[in-house]
Amino acid sequence: MSKMSKKKANEEEVYKKKLIRRRKPNRSIAGDIALYIFLILVAFVMAFPIIFAVSNALKPLDELFKFPPRIFAQHPTMDNFSDLFVTMGKSWVTFTRYLFNTVFITFVGTAGHLIIASMGAFVLAKYEFPGNALFFKIITVSMMFTGYVTQIPNYLILNKLGWIDTYWAIIIPAFASPMGLFLMKQFMEGLPTSLIEAAKIDGANEWKVFAGIVMPNVKPAWMTLIIFSVQGLWNNKASTYIYSEERKTLVYALQQIQSGGIARTGQGAAVLVVVMVVPILIFIFSESQILETMASSGLKD
Amino acid sequence: MKEYLSKYFTLRKHNAQVAWKKAKNRKMCYIFLAPYLILFIMFFVFPVVASIYFSFTYYNILEPPHYIGLRNYISLILQDDIFLIGIKNTFMIAVITGPLGYIMAFLFAWLINELPRWIRSVAVIVFYAPSIAGNCYVIFSVFFRGDAYGYVNAALINLGIIDAPILWLINPQWMLPICMLVILWMSLGTGFLSFVAGLQGVDKSQFEAGYMDGIKNRWQELWYITLPNMKPMLMFGAVMSITQAFGVCDVTMALCGYPSTDYAARTIVTHLFDYGFSRFEMGYACAIATILFLIMILCNKAIQSLLRRVGT
Repeated sequence: MSKMSKKKANEEEVYKKKLIRRRKPNRSIAGDIALYIFLILVAFVMAFPIIFAVSNALKPLDELFKFPPRIFAQHPTMDNFSDLFVTMGKSWVTFTRYLFNTVFITFVGTAGHLIIASMGAFVLAKYEFPGNALFFKIITVSMMFTGYVTQIPNYLILNKLGWIDTYWAIIIPAFASPMGLFLMKQFMEGLPTSLIEAAKIDGANEWKVFAGIVMPNVKPAWMTLIIFSVQGLWNNKASTYIYSEERKTLVYALQQIQSGGIARTGQGAAVLVVVMVVPILIFIFSESQILETMASSGLKD
Repeated sequence: MKEYLSKYFTLRKHNAQVAWKKAKNRKMCYIFLAPYLILFIMFFVFPVVASIYFSFTYYNILEPPHYIGLRNYISLILQDDIFLIGIKNTFMIAVITGPLGYIMAFLFAWLINELPRWIRSVAVIVFYAPSIAGNCYVIFSVFFRGDAYGYVNAALINLGIIDAPILWLINPQWMLPICMLVILWMSLGTGFLSFVAGLQGVDKSQFEAGYMDGIKNRWQELWYITLPNMKPMLMFGAVMSITQAFGVCDVTMALCGYPSTDYAARTIVTHLFDYGFSRFEMGYACAIATILFLIMILCNKAIQSLLRRVGT
């Protein structure tokens, strides 16, 4: 019996393969090969600056200033990173404080954004109510201009609220980022309405439906919101809204080191790597979920 | 006429009443939406309105704003030569990197679509990484360093193409092209992810049907099947790349300095920073912001109406 089913599965496999073959009629092998070569070349060009940044960070100081310049490190060391920690350790505000600032801003900002935007997205996606369509339209329009447009009035508003020079100046506006709500709403629309109806018949109220049924089912979208929010907040220099050194972010402190001139060249190279590694790593680990969410990201008329 | 108007208003009143009743029934929805709604209005809607308002005033934070009419706009357009440089640069960058970056994002998403699964996911990481790599673009200032230690200079000297190093980031002639190059390098962003995901979702049976109907090569397949299916993603990607293209400032500030030599790399946003956060002429800066806002919205609308015609 099992043999039979195996055979059948095998046959199906062959059939499927044929289908895939058939999917590309009139596609020349030469074209495919040219394509592959082209893609590999472009991938190399795209990756080169990043690879170079990493290799630069591994170079000892004398190699950084070698003439003629070399691309890859001959004697890779971690000296630049350890120097960086020494410098950070000697700074007036301690390294851990900068790290805490960034982690705090990133964590609170992301968590709040996730909760608030999901709540909004849930009702926008699953309920009909007056103002629904209009509000969503406004959200899509607001994605059409950069944050720079609103920066000055934002500064004035935050100033009125007395939030300038506090963490809240960064955190609270991040809650309302339109991109997160947009992606969440589009993804939630893909959820079967019957799921919600069934829960309602069982007597669950909106809060229960939201927390118990909808949220666990949109985990891929969580990851997407989290990575977009973390990207924005982790790289936030916050230098226009926060003046006090002890509340500044890690990226800001690192970039101060970077701009320290020739003597800090090696550490500057290390800084680049430290700053870029976090968002890239998060992306690598959450790629499939993000792509799943982005599949519903389209803007319909 | 009067009758018509009164009819119109009763109808309106009726509609409003119906809406009000519906809204009452859906109180829950508003409670859910409220936290986001309040913050969104506070930090996204209201600032736009405020910026339009301040753009008609003279405001330096210390004194209360006073109304000066269109004077900000007039001096921006007629007297501020540097702003005109900024506009010119921003448009040059937007017109070149915007469409090119957009096409690149789609092209690569499409090309890697048929690769085996794991190669595709590696390719997505490689292509997407530059846009999330923090300030990794600073590395280009090492490539394009003005002395003989710069890699590009060293290579060109070795090849005998030039005999003295070129001051890439100081010579106004070279600033913009290099910035454009860097921006293009970073242009496979959110839109690219959307394209990759969207291409995966295109219904395979449509291709089968297409072959039956005599689609000959991959270009026809692209135009008649893939693109019409991708329309919503194309719209989304367009919004992303337009917003990015007009908001250029980080790259030019990091590579060419702020201010750059002869203001050759000034963009609208750096001009905004200059007036807003260095000179505290908030009214004037708001006028710049309003112009930028209008440019972006108009451009988005234009591109969207263009994209609606794809594949039809």
